[in-house]
This record gives sequence, structure tokens and C-alpha cells, in this order.
Amino acid sequence: MSSFLDQIFVLAKERILALVAGAPDWLAQLVSSLLNITALLVVFLSLFALVSVLERKILARIQNRLGPNRVGPFGLLQPVADGIKMLIKEDIVPTRADKVVHFLAPILIAATAILALGVIPYGRNMTPFTIDGGILFFFAIGSTTELSVFMAGWGSNNKFSMLGAMRAIAQMVSYELPLILTVLPVVMVVGSLRPDAIVAAQGGYSFAVIPHWFVFAPWGAVAFILFFVSGLVESNRTPFDVPEGESEIVAGHMTEYSGFKYAIFFLGEYLGMFAISGLAVTLFLGGWHAPLRVLEFVPSYIWFFGKLSILIFVFIWVRGTLPRARIDQVMNFAWKFMLPMAFACIIAAAVWHYEGRRLMGWFWSFGVLAAVYLALSRILETGKKFAPRTYRFAE
Amino acid sequence: MNSAAFSIIAVLTIAAALAAATLPKLVHAALSFALAFLGVAAFYFLLGAEFVGLIQVFVYVGAVAVLIVFTILLTRRDAEKDRGFNWSGALIALAVFAGLIWAICKTTDLSVAVTPTRALTVRQIGEALMTDYVWPLQCVGVLLTAALIGALVLVMEERR
Repeated sequence: MSSFLDQIFVLAKERILALVAGAPDWLAQLVSSLLNITALLVVFLSLFALVSVLERKILARIQNRLGPNRVGPFGLLQPVADGIKMLIKEDIVPTRADKVVHFLAPILIAATAILALGVIPYGRNMTPFTIDGGILFFFAIGSTTELSVFMAGWGSNNKFSMLGAMRAIAQMVSYELPLILTVLPVVMVVGSLRPDAIVAAQGGYSFAVIPHWFVFAPWGAVAFILFFVSGLVESNRTPFDVPEGESEIVAGHMTEYSGFKYAIFFLGEYLGMFAISGLAVTLFLGGWHAPLRVLEFVPSYIWFFGKLSILIFVFIWVRGTLPRARIDQVMNFAWKFMLPMAFACIIAAAVWHYEGRRLMGWFWSFGVLAAVYLALSRILETGKKFAPRTYRFAE
Repeated sequence: MNSAAFSIIAVLTIAAALAAATLPKLVHAALSFALAFLGVAAFYFLLGAEFVGLIQVFVYVGAVAVLIVFTILLTRRDAEKDRGFNWSGALIALAVFAGLIWAICKTTDLSVAVTPTRALTVRQIGEALMTDYVWPLQCVGVLLTAALIGALVLVMEERR
């Protein structure tokens, strides 16, 4: 029974594919891909609608307000109302804007985010598109986001858009390094770039209670935190939302967008957030594996989406609690702290592997990381003088 | 199926490359250049060279195109100025093309049947890099590090 529930979507797909059994090969392939794409779009567009209202609710809770509560029960139909509002708004394009580039930017940003979602394993046998270099594909697609942000900023022909795009590209390029470097230890330990293989390597339990997720090894824990922070930056979320800092540059690269194009930008941003969280779950949190052996009867996709929602909650929580960092602080943090720590993770993972992945290896790799962390905090602190703040331009 | 995919990708890639060479605005040219890179990556995928295709997207679309775009951003903007036509560039391109055509026409063994080869996996490429080609790899690493340090030295503020 539980295995039937676990595989219910896979079986449903097989049932539908059986309808076109006699058709030529390419038709069956096309139908299979279309089914995968439809499932992805349905799941993640509804998740987008849900998270958009949940985010407002949680933020309201943190800020001691009520949040949206007028439309439907508990305001749950708010996304529908928002969607209709966005659709019937006037679509304004500036006269001096670069029309084609301005039009293409939101489409590109949403399309690449959806593509990146295609390689993540959502459950047992539930990877939409199995690619040998799936992790590489994810980052190759993710690196085109910078181009679309640039297109939005340039195409609008507006100084706020341009400034926002420049900040966005600068911080995305800087944080791509730690983001990819923190994936390296996992790839090294597993020996494969295939997301399925990475999830499979995290199966099994010690004493039937401690799952073999990489987040429970010292290098994995540090790499997970670094990955999560880089993910915050890549999806332009607080405290790294300088590219669209409302108080300084209106809305950054989205300043000149209105109506549904603006909504598409938000869709792209949320899909990017889902993709990064999904990859974090796959790499460090054991993918679709259950946290305890006794809980394995629960279908695998429920575990995946459970972990995904916890990560998304943390994203929202961080947004509700932390102020915005300055751009120079963001960049210094990337190059002076994140990058050396990411390299330390690689060494720690190697130490862990060659010590035989036992308790001794655990302690040694913890030692490497602690030494690097302490050294970094010492070195980075010496240049700072804490004194009363002086204002150069304001009194 | 494959030949249809080939023609579609070929038309798109050539159109993008032509656009990159002829469009009057520099930014449009840069963006169509990125599209041409994507077309080349699609060719690699079609040939079964998955890894090379992914690296093509990674390096050329993710890094080189962004670098070009950054250069355009940071230099002075003459948006309305016409780019003009670079005759020497066209001549060189024509010469290269003619040379390639000449070389292709000279080869005679085009009719040999293609032996089917198994597509390389990422694991095989990695093992080859770490065993047989470890010295070239290390040399490239040293070269890139030297370039990185050189760039830093160039832009560092001089301390007096």
C-alpha cells in the first residue's frame, strides 16, 4: 500500500503513456516530456500562489499585524485576486525603452527558473529530466539569470533600473563562486554529478535514528549554511536585496515594469527560490529520504516537499527579521569570508573521506573547519576600529 | 528527427551570429551573441557531448556574455551612434571561411562510415583529467592563478 502511494504519480504517468504505446518513438518521448513539464508547472505555479500569500501572512505575524484576511477563508484566495488585479492593470512601456529587450527580460527570467527546476529529484523515481551532469545543468541555467536581469535594467532605459541591474549582477557573480564551491564537496564525496546518485548516497541510517544526510557531517553542515546564504543572495532576498532596495532605487531592475510583467518577475524570483531550496534539500538534506527509518512508509515526495517548505519558511523568517546589508558589506563578506570557508569545506570533506568516514574523520574535518574559521575571524577583525560613527555628508 | 533538429538549430545559430555582426546597437549585438553561444551548445547536446555542451553554456553564456555586457555597462554609452561596417573583419572572416571550404573539399574520405562511439560520461572525463592529463591541468591552473593575481595587481590602489 505504502509503495503504491509512493509511486502513484509514476504509475499514473505510465498509464497515460500506455495510451500512446503504438505510436512512434519520438511521439512517446514528446508526450512523456510534456507530461513532466505540465506536472512541474502545475505544482510550482500553485506553490507560488500559496507561498505568496503565506509569506505575507508570516511577515504580518512577525510584525504583529493580521496580513491579508479579506478574500476567502483566512485570505487564502488572495493570490487569485492579486492575479486578476495584475492582469487588468495597464501595461506601461516607457517611450525611450528598448521595446524588444524590455519585453523579453521577464519571459527569460521565468523560463530559466522553470528549466532549473527540471533536474531536481522530487521523489523515488520522480526526476522529471535525468541528465548525467544534472548539477552542472542547474548552475549553467542559473548563470543566465544575470543576463536577463541585465536585459531588464538596460531595456527600461532608467537610471534606477540600471543601478539595480548593476548591483544585482555584481552580487550574483560574486556569490556564484561560494555557491558552486560549496557543492563541490558533495560532488567529491558522491563521485557523481547526477542528482539521483547524490540522493541515493544519502540513504541509510546509523543506529536506525541518524540519517546519513550530508548536513550531519561537519563539512556538510558548514557547506549547507554557506550554500543557503549564497542562495539568499542569488534569489535577491533580504538581507541581500540591495538590487531592489525600495528606499534607495525604487524597485531596481523592475522599476519600469507594471501589470503582468511585474507579476512574471515575482514568479521568476519565487521559482528561483524554490529551485535553490530544492537543490539544497537534494544536496545536503537527503532529498526525498525520510528522517527516521520508522517513518519510511510516508511517500517520498511528501518528505521532499516538507523539507522544501521548511527551507522556504526560513527564507521568509530571515526576511522578516534581518535589515538590509550595504552593498560593500555584501561584497566583502563574499570575498573575504564565504570564499575561504568554501575552500575549507573542500579540504574538510577530503579529510573526512580519507579518515574512512568514521568518528575520527568527523573530528578531524571539524578541526580543519574550526581552525580556518578562527583564523579568518582573527584576520578579518584586525583592520576594524570601532569608534563613534562620523558622518561626512550629513550632520 | 535528428536532421530536423540540426536544421532548426543551424538556422537559429546562424541568424543569431549574423544579428550579432550586423545589429546597429551594441547591446542587441551582445545579446544575440549569447544566443549564438546557446545554439552551439545545442549542437553539442545533439552530438551527445553533454558535458561539453553544459560547459559551453556555463562559460560562454554565463561568463563571457556577462563579461561583454559588463564592459558595455562600464564604458561610455553612445547609444545612438552607428557602429559602421568593419571591412577588414569581413575580409578575414571570408578568408577563414574560404580556407575551411578548401580544406573540406580537399578531403576525400568523407564516404567512410561513421563508427558508433559511446558518449563520454562526466566520470570518464574527470578520471582522464586527473590521471593522464594532470600536468596540463595543473599548468592551466597556474596560468589562470597568475592571470588573476596580475589583474588584481593592475587594479590595486597604489599606496604611498
